[in-house]
Amino acid sequence: MPLVDHANGHTKKSPHVLMALVENKPGVLTRVASLFRRRGFNIESLTVGRTDNPAISRMTIVVDANKTNAAMVANNLFKLVNVIDVRDVTAEPTVSRDLALIKVKADAQKLFEINQMVDIYKAKVVDICPESVIIEVTGPEAKIESMIKMLEPYGILEMVRTGLVAMVRGSGYFSGLPPMDDNGNNGHHDDNGTGMAIYEA
Amino acid sequence: MKRTGAQIVWESLLQEGVEVVFGYPGGAIMPVYDALLDYPQIHHVLVRHEENAAFAAGGYARASGRVGVCMATSGPGATNLVTGLADAMLDSVPVVAITGQVASYLVGSDAFQETDVTGVTLPVTKHNYLVKDIGELPQVMKEAFYIARSGRPGPVLVDICKDVQFASTDFDYAAIKVRLPGYQPRLRGADEQIRRAADLINASRRPVILAGHGIILSGAHEELRELAERGNIPISTTLLGIGSIPESHPLNLRMMGMHGEAWTNHAIQSADLLIALGMRFDDRVTGNLASYAKNADVIHVDIDPAEINKNVVTDVGIVGDAKAVLGQLLPLVEYRDRTEWFAQIAEWQAEAKARDILAKQDDSLHVPFVLSELQRQIGGQQVTVVTDVGQHQMWTAQYYRTERKNGLLTSGGLGAMGFGIPTAIGASFARPDDEIWVIVGDGGFQMSIPELATIMQERRPIKIAVMRNGYLGMVRQWQELIHGHRYSEVSITSPDLMKIAAAYGMMGLRAETKAEVAEVIAEARSHGGPVLLDFVVEQEVNVYPMVAPGKALNEMWRRPMREREPVASA
Ligand SMILES: Cc1cc2nc3c(=O)[nH]c(=O)nc-3n(C[C@H](O)[C@H](O)[C@H](O)COP(=O)(O)OP(=O)(O)OC[C@H]3O[C@@H](n4cnc5c(N)ncnc54)[C@H](O)[C@@H]3O)c2cc1C
Ligand SMILES: Cc1ncc(C[n+]2csc(CCOP(=O)(O)OP(=O)(O)O)c2C)c(N)n1
Ligand SMILES: [Mg+2]
Repeated sequence: MPLVDHANGHTKKSPHVLMALVENKPGVLTRVASLFRRRGFNIESLTVGRTDNPAISRMTIVVDANKTNAAMVANNLFKLVNVIDVRDVTAEPTVSRDLALIKVKADAQKLFEINQMVDIYKAKVVDICPESVIIEVTGPEAKIESMIKMLEPYGILEMVRTGLVAMVRGSGYFSGLPPMDDNGNNGHHDDNGTGMAIYEA
Repeated sequence: MKRTGAQIVWESLLQEGVEVVFGYPGGAIMPVYDALLDYPQIHHVLVRHEENAAFAAGGYARASGRVGVCMATSGPGATNLVTGLADAMLDSVPVVAITGQVASYLVGSDAFQETDVTGVTLPVTKHNYLVKDIGELPQVMKEAFYIARSGRPGPVLVDICKDVQFASTDFDYAAIKVRLPGYQPRLRGADEQIRRAADLINASRRPVILAGHGIILSGAHEELRELAERGNIPISTTLLGIGSIPESHPLNLRMMGMHGEAWTNHAIQSADLLIALGMRFDDRVTGNLASYAKNADVIHVDIDPAEINKNVVTDVGIVGDAKAVLGQLLPLVEYRDRTEWFAQIAEWQAEAKARDILAKQDDSLHVPFVLSELQRQIGGQQVTVVTDVGQHQMWTAQYYRTERKNGLLTSGGLGAMGFGIPTAIGASFARPDDEIWVIVGDGGFQMSIPELATIMQERRPIKIAVMRNGYLGMVRQWQELIHGHRYSEVSITSPDLMKIAAAYGMMGLRAETKAEVAEVIAEARSHGGPVLLDFVVEQEVNVYPMVAPGKALNEMWRRPMREREPVASA
């Protein structure tokens, strides 16, 4: 019988993308962060944002499966009362986007080259001044990584990234509550709707 | 109906069927205590330290299966609850804690006795609430009870601002609907998994059932017994699974793990199938994971999906309530002979019996002797035994063989000293017809002495047996066996327990020799009120078997067969 490998020592990253729907209530982010800290989960990135439903926020969480067991992260997130649903979309067709603002050293000479690169990456120059420019780039993480690499020789002065957001392709819906029955169950996870264990003294 | 926040607290408790609350008043919860005077249906027990309110609420819950309730003021009152909540969290005990908080407009201002209690208790509660708006209070009260008792039970804390306690709102508890879209415990197992589990069971030659606390929490005692008898499968229990099946049941191999029975640990290591029911493969249960039950397939039934594959890789994981899942599984299980398997286990048992400390012929008084005498006198009667934490706890698990359903209450996951006496107070309200015994060490007893006053004030006829070995025995044992006999801060003196008993007005009895034990136990049992028993026991006796930390489950230290023989391995 094999063991759950908590740290199998692989060096190559194996990113897993989890999407979580959470109730938009005070303290929910603290609960999630506290869970990650308490269980020693290593998180590559975490983004939170609003959805089309004001009562619900959505998190996109990237974990490196070589360091942290993604299924354990999902199962433990799901245990939090304010987490409505969790889905590992790594194996599903998704659109994923990260956004970076990168401030690069650029004198008039270098600006031309940089502009060309910006075009190729379909990025944008959003601020320009005599010694530097700010570039805005969006896309899958790999694209951002690649652009950063290309900009490094010019001298990156400052950078900030939002972290990944993801959405599954197709017409499936993962950003609102399905209708509930009278017991307050949405039929997602409960088979008999009572949610109650039976006790005896 | 208009009700104040303070009234809503008590009305909600009434609607939830709460009969007793363990608590301690203070500034930020005063409106609630004021309103208590109008609710004589609810009995409030004034403990002597809030930690013990939380333990007592847990004791009530452990003994009844219903939600236990404790109450404290803001700041120091609330922080004192933390140990008891952590205990309830690790052992899945349904508790609702209600704390007062400074007024909502003062929250965040470092007001007098303000502590971020929802922050402090975040990791030791299943869920918690800060109520700053009276409109939310009724809903929160209902959710708190629902969350505490459903699914995998646990403690829920409700922190109520003082102005909310004074404010009023419309209140109709019955009309409130619990709407928790993210909280849907699953009860029935998936049919496909049930079928695969049954196939594994029917094909197994050396199976062992690992029965845990989840059996007790789901009330699956009958189903457990039926599974074992129908399939002819031996059962072993975790510490918290004790009481899920009578200790004398012929298929019960008794406790597994660090201080489990040697034959049970050998059986687990040699098994070809583990059927884990409502247990979480704690490290005290498995020993070294890499060498744990290497040849066994694993079926794991647990209501909490996060437990499956957490420590041990599972071949068939079934998320669901133990009672429901066993109900699905039972019709598919077939009888198998397994003669060889039982013969092998019997051989291990015979070897272990020869090493038993009870087989040792001498006069010195030791804890197993006391416990087996207690066991002999109690037999199958309605007695609940509560332990504290330490050597005496492990010996209770080994030698006090309870026949009563859920007859042993103990702190498993947190292993919190000071647990025994307040837990017994709580249990005594849940089981008024039981005789209640506490087995406690001289260390743990001295953490709980103040609660003797609670016992007297509340007229709880609890029998407290102190195993006075003059040491923090379990730590001393580790220092002896693991730290080369270097004793560091483990020697502990006690006050004169007879004078303590007298000071609190309870009966005191002492036994110093084997010959006195039967008599003092009998006398304590025949006395109608609380009794403090002082057993002066041998100082340096060790609990065996013992799986040293990091060792494989079958690599146990065993009791030497003869005096001064070195500790045996295997
Ligand atoms: C000094 C000391 C020594 C110890 N030595 C040992 C030892 O030798 N052996 C030993 O066994 N323990 C020992 N323990 C206790 C140990 O630390 C654990 O507390 C214990 O093993 C946990 O038992 P459990 O998994 O059955 O219960 P819990 O920890 O309470 O886990 C219960 C499990 O059941 C699940 N569950 C809850 N409700 C249901 C339901 N309705 N249906 C299905 N599943 C459900 C839960 O999700 C959880 O996974 C020791 C403790 C101390 C303090
Ligand atoms: C609150 C708390 N503090 C410390 C410990 C560590 N500890 C575990 S067992 C033990 C010794 C208990 O001594 P005693 O109560 O005399 O019982 P004995 O082991 O002697 O039976 C200690 C200190 C603990 N479990 N809980
Ligand atoms: Mg002691």
